[in-house]
Amino acid sequence: MTLLEVRDLTVTYPGGAAAVRGVDLSLEAGRKLGVAGESGCGKSTLALALLRLLPAGTEVGGEVLLDGEDVLAMRWGRVRAVRWAGASIVFQGAMHSLNPVHRVGDQIAEPILLHGGATPAAARTRTGELLEQVGLPALRGRAYPHELSGGQRQRVMIAMALACDPRLVIADEPTTALDVMIQAQILRLIERLVSEQELGLIMISHDLAVLADTCDRLALMYAGRVIEEGPARAVYENALHPYGRSLSAAFPRIGDPASRFAPRGLAGDPPDPSDLPSGCTFHPRCPQALDVCATQEQTLRESGQGRRAACVHVGSSVPPPAGPAQDVRSST
Amino acid sequence: MTTEAGTAGSRALARQRRRRSAVRFWRAYRTHGAGLLGLGALALFTLVALTAPLTVGSDVAGVTDAPGRPLQAPSGEFPLGTDQFGRNLLGLVVWGSRVSLLVGLLAAVLSVAIGAVVGITAGHFKGAYATVLMRITDWFLVMPTLVLAIALATVMSRSLGTVVLAIGVTSWPTTARLVRAQTLTVESRPYIERAKALGGGHWHVMTRHVLPNVTPLILAQTTLMISSSVLAEATLAFLGLGDPTVISWGGLLQDAREAGAVSAGDWWYLVPPGIAIALVALAFTLCGRAVESVLNPRLEVAR
Amino acid sequence: MVSDAVSAPVSKARRAGNGTAYPRYVAGKAGGAVVSLLAVLVTGFFLFRLIPGDPVKTMTGGRPVSAAQLAEYRKQFGLDLPLWEQFTDYCRKALSGDLGMSYQFRTPVIDKITEALPNTLLLTGTAFVLYTTLGMFLGIRSAWRQGRVGDRLNTGLALTLYSVPSFWLGLLLIVVFGVGLGPVPGLFPTGGMESGGEEGFAYVLDVAHHLVLPVITLVAVEYGQTLLVTRSSVLDEMGSDYLTTARAKGLRDDLVRRRHAVPNALLPTVTLVFVNLGRTVAGVILVETVFSWPGLGGLFYQALSVPDLPLVQGLFLFFASAVIIMNTLADLVYPLLDPRVGR
Repeated sequence: MTLLEVRDLTVTYPGGAAAVRGVDLSLEAGRKLGVAGESGCGKSTLALALLRLLPAGTEVGGEVLLDGEDVLAMRWGRVRAVRWAGASIVFQGAMHSLNPVHRVGDQIAEPILLHGGATPAAARTRTGELLEQVGLPALRGRAYPHELSGGQRQRVMIAMALACDPRLVIADEPTTALDVMIQAQILRLIERLVSEQELGLIMISHDLAVLADTCDRLALMYAGRVIEEGPARAVYENALHPYGRSLSAAFPRIGDPASRFAPRGLAGDPPDPSDLPSGCTFHPRCPQALDVCATQEQTLRESGQGRRAACVHVGSSVPPPAGPAQDVRSST
Repeated sequence: MTTEAGTAGSRALARQRRRRSAVRFWRAYRTHGAGLLGLGALALFTLVALTAPLTVGSDVAGVTDAPGRPLQAPSGEFPLGTDQFGRNLLGLVVWGSRVSLLVGLLAAVLSVAIGAVVGITAGHFKGAYATVLMRITDWFLVMPTLVLAIALATVMSRSLGTVVLAIGVTSWPTTARLVRAQTLTVESRPYIERAKALGGGHWHVMTRHVLPNVTPLILAQTTLMISSSVLAEATLAFLGLGDPTVISWGGLLQDAREAGAVSAGDWWYLVPPGIAIALVALAFTLCGRAVESVLNPRLEVAR
Repeated sequence: MVSDAVSAPVSKARRAGNGTAYPRYVAGKAGGAVVSLLAVLVTGFFLFRLIPGDPVKTMTGGRPVSAAQLAEYRKQFGLDLPLWEQFTDYCRKALSGDLGMSYQFRTPVIDKITEALPNTLLLTGTAFVLYTTLGMFLGIRSAWRQGRVGDRLNTGLALTLYSVPSFWLGLLLIVVFGVGLGPVPGLFPTGGMESGGEEGFAYVLDVAHHLVLPVITLVAVEYGQTLLVTRSSVLDEMGSDYLTTARAKGLRDDLVRRRHAVPNALLPTVTLVFVNLGRTVAGVILVETVFSWPGLGGLFYQALSVPDLPLVQGLFLFFASAVIIMNTLADLVYPLLDPRVGR
């Protein structure tokens, strides 16, 4: 059975902003899915929606099937039981996501005591094990969050997320606030733990290169919808959707002198969720927009090799016009 | 540099801008129900106080030819009863509003004036002067203000001036703190540097640039300060430190207590002056909070 | 009214650093307290000397006093000495506990103070515990249910009571519950601390009986401040990310509030409660006056009506110093509560 299956998830904030507009995802145990997009595309909202962590008053529709059970239809008692023990989240910005006046060890032990009914001594032992797993000495559990470095705090977040042996881990921008060296360490750590424990991983980031490197599959989000999906490397190097191409072109490739000359970046700003453009929401910024794009919404179309993209140019017999980015990009 | 017409034009522009921001301010203020309520109550009280010479007249305080018997309960003739001299209590409460509001206003203005001067100069000049000034401010902030005010009022003669001085001199620190913080913010903006480069001296920067930006804050503080000054005046009068020759709400309560109204259960003597004080203080507080909310929208969430 | 006057000391404490900073912090705070206390001493002197007019005249004004007695008083005040000598004399005496002789009671000021202090502590202590607990409890609930009816009622009531003069509230309570109004009989004494003549446990009950109305008055006017401050602090915390983390772990709402939000929110509240001690002193003075409670406040009222200048001066020094010391204690205790501040 698929570990996670998301069907037609919609999230509308009070006030009318449609943050997520019909997202379908699926994830098997032991696989890693990356969700990419600019700020405001709805990816963090998606993460919170999976465990019903959005503020009261937010309308959430669709289905989130975790091991076959729909999280959105559960009673609250069941939701609280599933939280952390079924699926856990590694939040970004660990400095603010950890309680400043509790020791980190206590914060890691908290869900253990809550879900397992363990004794305090057992919880302490388990906390020590978890800290060692992420490469921190067990004694660091006595520290307060402000006494740790950014990388150490993020490791604590990871240790905390694994405390109750969840099946699914959702990592929301786990490396955004860290410098590159630490970033690499944390990513390797996540990969190792996921493969050791056969976890499902959803990694959310705006950094396409990181996701392409770490994940098996990649889903690209724009204005609350998944607009492209497929094997991570393929989507990164050769996106079918114009947005995907612009996004990956925005990342310079080391060692490719031609990419320095390629026109990069995308004009305009991401759309306001409470005032979305008609038709394909990307059409105002799209270098390959056609007349039909302004009126007709695009759904995901199959494009062979397990890839899908929501673009009028995809899956049709007419090949997409070669944009300048495609010409200069060399295959690596 | 700028011609006469140019200067006149820029001044007119500034006036226009200020008028527009005043309109914007009023529109934002209008959305606060509590603030409007407070403002309405204030308008009412001010009207009552200003028209008191017409409606009641100063002879309501006359002791020798008082119209009623002492300590009469409320009746048709005397809606709020009479005091120990037989005077019409309703008239006394109306007449007392003049002193209570006037002293409250004057004391608040004095307090905010001192606070603003201290705050602006400390924020502008910085250095040792500012450090010393802020230490003094902090010391005053910790001081129990009533104790200080009582001490001052005790050694000085019993008069309204004393009360205004005692309140004004003891309550300026909060304003000083806020104004200094705001001055520092304003002076860190780039146009101040430009003004100085263009030859703007201390006086110019402080009055032309800092002051207009600090004025909304001062306005909010004055409103809140009037509330506490009215309460302070009532307190000092109640304790016998006010001017014994004028009628004020606090004074009425002191008279009531000394006339034995408490043990006799003469509630009509005790209730109205206190309600008046509470209503005026509350009205000014609501207005002040509304002004604060308008000027600092972030506070809206925290309220 | 709420946070501005206190966020500075709180953030200053936060920046105190780490490791060995605490002893240095203590030294700094203690030094500051000493300076403040000296300032109080100096102010106390000049307050009663440099005001225009002869203090002795002010004190004995309107009473038949012989020239010899006037001279006697002048000598007692040291007014026959040059100003500088007066000052050093005053400082020496004050620092050794000699605050002069009360004019109206003919006893040393320090004796009158020590006599009245326990009574004030009883009243203030009881009220403090009650209004702090009540204020915090209601403040937390109000913040958690922000915008709803309960919150608005709470905040509205607190604001209203904050605007009510404490002495007036006391007078009303005496009239209604002490004297009895209409059908309601007088349930409580109208003043004083005891009805006299009781011993042992009966005495304790008697004092407690007298304590009720003054405490209720004091709590009513002070709890609002604590409520509004607590509410504000909790609201500030409520948007925090670590609360989302706590919920994600599966904690129930009230646990999230109690275990995570409240401890963080209470930190600034603790300091704020102490900073507003000045207002509490005012409340105590007025309540004791109205209820004829034999404490320092009541003493102050008796002193200022004469005016008994040595006693007024002594009490001024006492009140001001007490508040400064309490504030310093709060500054010293805060870092021990907040792990982010250096230890």
